[in-house]
Amino acid sequence: MTREEVLAKVNEIIQEVFDDEDIQVTDATVASDVDGWDSLMHITLIGTIEDEFDIKFAMKDVVGMKNVGQMVDLILEQLD
Amino acid sequence: MRELEYPFDSEFIRKKRIKLRKQLLADESVKFIEKRIAILGGSTTSEIKNMIELFLLNNGIKPSFYESEYNKFYEDGMFDNPELVEFDPEIIYIHTSNRNITDWPTVADGEDTVKALLDAQLGKFVGLWEHLFEKYHCPIIQNNFEMPFYRLLGNQDAVMLQGRSRFVNLMNEGIYDYARSHENFFIHDINYESATYGLAEWSNPLYWHMYKYAVAVPAIPYTAYGVATIIKSFLGKNKKVLALDLDNTLWGGVIGDDGVENIEIGQETSLGQTYSEFQNYVKEQKQIGTLLTVITKNNDDVARTGFERPDSVLKIDDFVSFKANWDPKDRNLVEEANELNLLPESFVFVDDNPAEREIIRQSIPGVAVPEIGNVEEYIQTIDRAGYFEVTKLSADDMKRNEMYAANAKRNIAQASFTDYGEYLKSLEMIGTIKPFEDIYMSRIAQLSNKSNQFNLTTHRYTQAEIEEIAASGNHITLYGKLEDKFGDNGVVSVVIGEVKSDELHMDLWLMSCRVLKRDMEFAMMDELVSACKAHGITKIFGYYYPTAKNAMVKDFYGIQGFEKIAEDQEGNTTWQFNIPQAYENKNKAIKVN
Repeated sequence: MTREEVLAKVNEIIQEVFDDEDIQVTDATVASDVDGWDSLMHITLIGTIEDEFDIKFAMKDVVGMKNVGQMVDLILEQLD
Repeated sequence: MRELEYPFDSEFIRKKRIKLRKQLLADESVKFIEKRIAILGGSTTSEIKNMIELFLLNNGIKPSFYESEYNKFYEDGMFDNPELVEFDPEIIYIHTSNRNITDWPTVADGEDTVKALLDAQLGKFVGLWEHLFEKYHCPIIQNNFEMPFYRLLGNQDAVMLQGRSRFVNLMNEGIYDYARSHENFFIHDINYESATYGLAEWSNPLYWHMYKYAVAVPAIPYTAYGVATIIKSFLGKNKKVLALDLDNTLWGGVIGDDGVENIEIGQETSLGQTYSEFQNYVKEQKQIGTLLTVITKNNDDVARTGFERPDSVLKIDDFVSFKANWDPKDRNLVEEANELNLLPESFVFVDDNPAEREIIRQSIPGVAVPEIGNVEEYIQTIDRAGYFEVTKLSADDMKRNEMYAANAKRNIAQASFTDYGEYLKSLEMIGTIKPFEDIYMSRIAQLSNKSNQFNLTTHRYTQAEIEEIAASGNHITLYGKLEDKFGDNGVVSVVIGEVKSDELHMDLWLMSCRVLKRDMEFAMMDELVSACKAHGITKIFGYYYPTAKNAMVKDFYGIQGFEKIAEDQEGNTTWQFNIPQAYENKNKAIKVN
């Protein structure tokens, strides 16, 4: 998968989890940019991303995630 | 909603939670029962609350929640957090885990120390429960403890005095003891759930250290389903009937084609053994009060021979209704429901044929139609769905099949009488109609929650509320129990009225449909009038609130001699009865008290 494809899929998952098709995320998007993205929704989102990409984040990855761009990088690392 | 029926896709539910919730709330055909539920947590509970909400909505129960602050279950409950007091919970769920066992034995401890640790921690929980009962008079659901996720003493961890596994077992035995002696206290068995799910993943420490979830987040739908199952059970929303197909459901093969001697059942083959084990499970269901019926596309005479085989666990008289014909199965199911005086939605339909399942799903919403899989999966699929979740095992439950069998005998007896009054007399009925008594409180609450058809107001009560009303002093309460020569029907009718000076206002009047047309409602009226006279009451006001299910009692008060004094646009009616000096008893057939 290319980086663009991963970002597109992440965007799709976010739209689904927040049940809002208008959300468009970029590398720079942080949780506070998206309505309803609190710590609880974050867990759901991480879980869904793990399921959809069939990967598993380590605790240190989840703790260190600062924005959507870093999330995409971490996904790519595991896909390789 | 199909997505929330067991076996469900946990991943899908978590992902689509917001959307599913919207859909459930938008369903206007559902009249939700509202309940205030306090979740007192020893770990994070947000997602647990969310998932319980989904499963309850799916059962027609609309919860509002109070959540304690993280790990404040004890302080909130014990020291009356004002927010909790104001919330006034109707159900309390204490979500704790072995992360909340604060003092574990160490290898240096002797038996006395271990015992002291156990007593101190159990005592803390017992103190909390006692306080909550005293303060809120409502049902409490308490998690038991799951096994520790590591074993310092390895295989001997459950054996040696100081082992954590042993300590968990002792804590659990302690809370089970309490549960056995307290009616409104229900164990939620996370120990079993975690074993089923896989303890290693259930206890994945990542979720504890990252988010302070004691249960791995992906497992939360399963544990929430367990809690919702207990709640719907004590609110009277259990299923009552297991309607079974025959070919490739209760035995392997097609009896009409293969012949009775060639169907797979009994101990000769592995498939036969598997079907036998399933039949045995079905028979055990009957023992806890589940009604069994057959709905099969077969010739009646051929279908019956399957149960005449000596190696068939189930026998023909295990079934309270037997429909072997070529009619559509949805029609057969509705007919069985009518015969048994039950609603179709109290049925679980078990059939190996996906096409038949789909017909039932499409044509009769509310019937549970599990995707049962292959025969080796039948038991687990039905068992884990919790359709018949046992929160009380009343004597009534265990006798239910007998009662329905007795009803069948009554129907035959009735056919031999041309005069209905003569038939009623021949039943030699004996009624017991008295103010609420302690031993019947749980049955009375159960009836208030599950009677839909012969129910004038459809007010629902918890057992705690029933007990309060019985003790209040400004209510007249009556329960009615009916026996006849064919058997004991148990408590079948409940009446509650509120006294306002010389008037009685009826809050509840219900009767179980199993005693329709037996004049029991007149016997209740007679006793109510006599209780009113004893209290100096001169007028009785009756209320009828229509629902989708209680049209049969629309004119009930009229038949009892009340006069209609008001009716609003929704069809709610108010009725008045002035008690005459010389009231003549209406019931002639039942000998009362």
